[in-house]
Order: sequence, then structure tokens, then C-alpha cells
Amino acid sequence: MSRRYAFPHVGWMAVFVVVPLVLIVGFSLTSADGGVTLDNFSDMMKYAPVFGRSLWLSLISTAICLMIGYPLAYVMSREKPAVAAAALMLLMLPMWMNFLLRTYAWMSILENSGFLNQLLNVFRLPNVHIINTEAAVVLGMVYNYLPFMTLPIHTVLHKMDKSMMEAAGDLGANSAKTFMRVVLPISVPGVISGITMVFVPGVSTFIISRLLGGGKTLMLGDLIEMQFTGNAYNPYLGAAISLVMMVIVLLSMSVMNRFGDGGESAVVL
Amino acid sequence: MVLTGIFLYSPIALMIVFSFNAGKSRTVWSGFTLDWYSQLLKNELILNSLYTTVLVSLLAAFFATVIGTAAAIGFHAMRRRVRQFFMTVSIIPAVNPDVITGVSLMLLFVFIRSVTNIELGFFTLLLAHITFNVPYVILSVMPKLKSLNKHLFEAALDLGATPFRALCKVILPEITPGVVTGALIAFTLSIDDFVISYFTAGSSVQTLPMTIYAMTRKRVSPEINAISTLLFLVVLTLLVIINIAQRKESRRVKH
Repeated sequence: MSRRYAFPHVGWMAVFVVVPLVLIVGFSLTSADGGVTLDNFSDMMKYAPVFGRSLWLSLISTAICLMIGYPLAYVMSREKPAVAAAALMLLMLPMWMNFLLRTYAWMSILENSGFLNQLLNVFRLPNVHIINTEAAVVLGMVYNYLPFMTLPIHTVLHKMDKSMMEAAGDLGANSAKTFMRVVLPISVPGVISGITMVFVPGVSTFIISRLLGGGKTLMLGDLIEMQFTGNAYNPYLGAAISLVMMVIVLLSMSVMNRFGDGGESAVVL
Repeated sequence: MVLTGIFLYSPIALMIVFSFNAGKSRTVWSGFTLDWYSQLLKNELILNSLYTTVLVSLLAAFFATVIGTAAAIGFHAMRRRVRQFFMTVSIIPAVNPDVITGVSLMLLFVFIRSVTNIELGFFTLLLAHITFNVPYVILSVMPKLKSLNKHLFEAALDLGATPFRALCKVILPEITPGVVTGALIAFTLSIDDFVISYFTAGSSVQTLPMTIYAMTRKRVSPEINAISTLLFLVVLTLLVIINIAQRKESRRVKH
């Protein structure tokens, strides 16, 4: 197989990935009047709570996605092919609904006079106040990103040779031990890929926090969006925040990749 | 599984039900109507943005699948260190938060506009979509290539196939599931993308998510519920057909 098949892609990357990032770095070091400066980075200190909240909420969401997504992928991979294919389709299907609409639908469910509280009223249970809280933002993230966690894990488990589990059983391992020693290690690349695909959009979301957080839970994405399109137009500060956010993401990814040491994982960094 | 199903589908079910709601409320049911569907056919803003979304997603998924699959095959032939370097750069648009991909491309397109006369519009939107789709295609094709038997390709060559023929007849069929998954993910991401489009489409072109976003800023028109219901049904039908076709195919292969 020839290396030259990668050439078109390499050229594409140079123009549409590398150059834009160079522009981000350039802008982050530029002041509004065109001089070289580091002020953009010192201006950022006042937004430290936003950084903290973004990281924390995405971590929680990623953990919840893993706790729901892994068992789901595992159960799916053990089903008969027809059932697994149907389950996979059902999992993918909501992703075809625009995420703004899915998030908006949750607004109608979580609202103080929304469906959840209407349902609680029917059973004469006390109402809950979720909308415009951090819990609503986490829920929105889990809802929107769960398939991104489940699919890569399912892909790995699906590809796994099922006779390995039988072999482990024949060699005297019980089902818990088989899972811990055989299934789990094999699924690590899928898990890493899943965590990446949930954590990253989570950290940067500005729609979910705006719709379900009611503007009270300002996240990093909101902050950047405001610098580029909002009233506070300042692409220089925006580029600096983007750069810092990128570094955070890359750092967390490389830390995560330590867990998947040995073979190359699905995400190589 | 059942609980997850309820969690995933209750918002969609509600949306479908309320696309038939006579009132404008999102939570109070006030009778059955098909008005929103008939108004939908008259709303040019929504129809135009739907057309833009479908067109850009189809084109972007197609180009991204071709570029991405070729790239994965090329990377696979590289030495490990070189491959790791290229993979690291390749997945930047996937690892990078959408907001950053969006604003960095926006800076690029604004720069290009200042030296040529290419305005932000459909073309820049398509370029942006291809760029963020390619890594997902590579990520879904790579594992399939890695789990291939190394000697499969050599065997094909030994049996007299040209490298290109061996690639088409031996390697591609083996990695097809990965390619299809990649194309599906690419198309879904494109359809669903709001953030990157928002920064790269300029003011002359609007995708459906951009139209919806503009509407949520004021008040969602139930027409949007209607169009999502329609889209949902179309996709459901398509997937069911594909599923049945695949099952027939695999049964045919077995016999």
C-alpha cells in the first residue's frame, strides 16, 4: 500500500488546519493597534472561574457518559447481530435530530412548568427546579454526547474475537475476571476515543450552556463566541482564550493517553 | 437499555407530538392541527436553509470520506513515527473544540477575503465542513486497517494483482464497515453542525441549524418542530431500508 494516498490530505491539512492555528497564535500575541503584546493573556485572569466551571462540568458529563455508555456498548456487543444492529441504529437515530432542537426539547421538559414537573404533579410529588442550573447543563451534555461515547466502545467490542471470552472461561476465569482481564483491556482504545469525543465538545459548548443554563452558567465556549461575534468584539483576546483552551485540551489528552500505553490507541497524541 | 431508550427518545417524542399542537406553546396541548406543516411549505427561509444543509452535508461527507480513507491507507503504509506525527496533526480538527476550529477557520477565510475576492459563503462553508469531517473518517478507518492481516495485501500481490487492484479488491472490502461508519459520522456531524457553520458561513448563507438558532433567540416556531419530525421520519425510513437490505445481503452471502 502506498504512502502517496495520504498526500491530498496532507496538503489539505496544511492549508485548513495548520495555517488557521498559526493565525490564532498570531492574533493572541497582537494588540488591537497591531503591536506585539502579552496583555491578552493577563486580561484573561479575570475569567478563571469560567475556566474552572467548564472543566468541572465536562468532567462530570464525561464520567456519566462512560457509566451509561460502556454497559450499553457491552450489552449491545453481546446481543445477536440483528439485535445489535437495531440497537446501534436506535442509538444513532437521535443524532439526526438537530442538537439545538434536542436541547430545546429538554428546555420544555425541564422548565418550571414543563413536562417533568407536570408529571411530578400527577403523582403529587414535589416539583424540581432544574432549568438554568449546572445540573441542566450536564444533562444536556450527557444527552447530546452519549452516542459519541458508546459508538467507539461498541466498535472495539464488536470487533473482539468472542472465542477469547470462551477461552478465558475454559481456563477457569469467572465472568467478572474474564471482563476485567480480557474485555476491559481490549476496549481501552474505544474508551479513550469515547472520552475524547465527549470531553472536548463538552468543554467548549456554548449552546447547551446558553439554552439550558440560561446564561447564568457562562462557559469557555460562550466567552470565545462573545469575543468574535458578540458586542464585546475582540478577536485578539478571543484568540488568546482559544489558545489556552487548546493547550488544556491537548494536555488532558496526552495525560489520558498514558492510560492507554503500549499499542497505539484510537487517538494518537 | 430500555431506560437509555426512554432517555434518548422522550424529547424527540414530545417534539413530534407538539408539531401537531394547535397552540404555539411548547408545553400546553391545545388541539390537533396540520397547520405548521402547510406553513412550512411556504416558509422560504426554512426551505432554503434546509437545502443548503443537505447539499453541504452530502458534498462534505463525500469529499471527506474519499480524502480520509485515502489518507488512512497512506498513513498505514508509513513508518510508525512518521504516521504518529501525521495522525497527531490530522486529528486536530476532531480534538480541537468546535469553537476553536470555527474561529480559526473564520480568521483564515477573512484573511483570504482580504487578498482575493472570495467572500464567506457556501464555498467557505463547504471547505470548513470537509476539514472537520476528515479526521472522523480517518479515525473510523484506521482501526479496521490495523486489525487487517498484514500478509493479505502481500498475498494478493504474490497472486499477480497490481497494487491498485489489490487495494480495491482485497483491502477496501475488508475496511468497508469502517468507511461506511466514517461516512455516516461525517454526514451526521455536518447535518448537526451549528458552531463551525456559524463562524464560517458569513451572512449570505444560512444552514438549518443557524436558522433554528436565530429562532431560539426569539421563540421557536412550531414549524421547526414540523420540519424535524419530517427529517426524522425520512432518516428513520432510510435507515430501516438500509438495515433490511444489509440483512438480506448477509443472508444471501451465507447461503
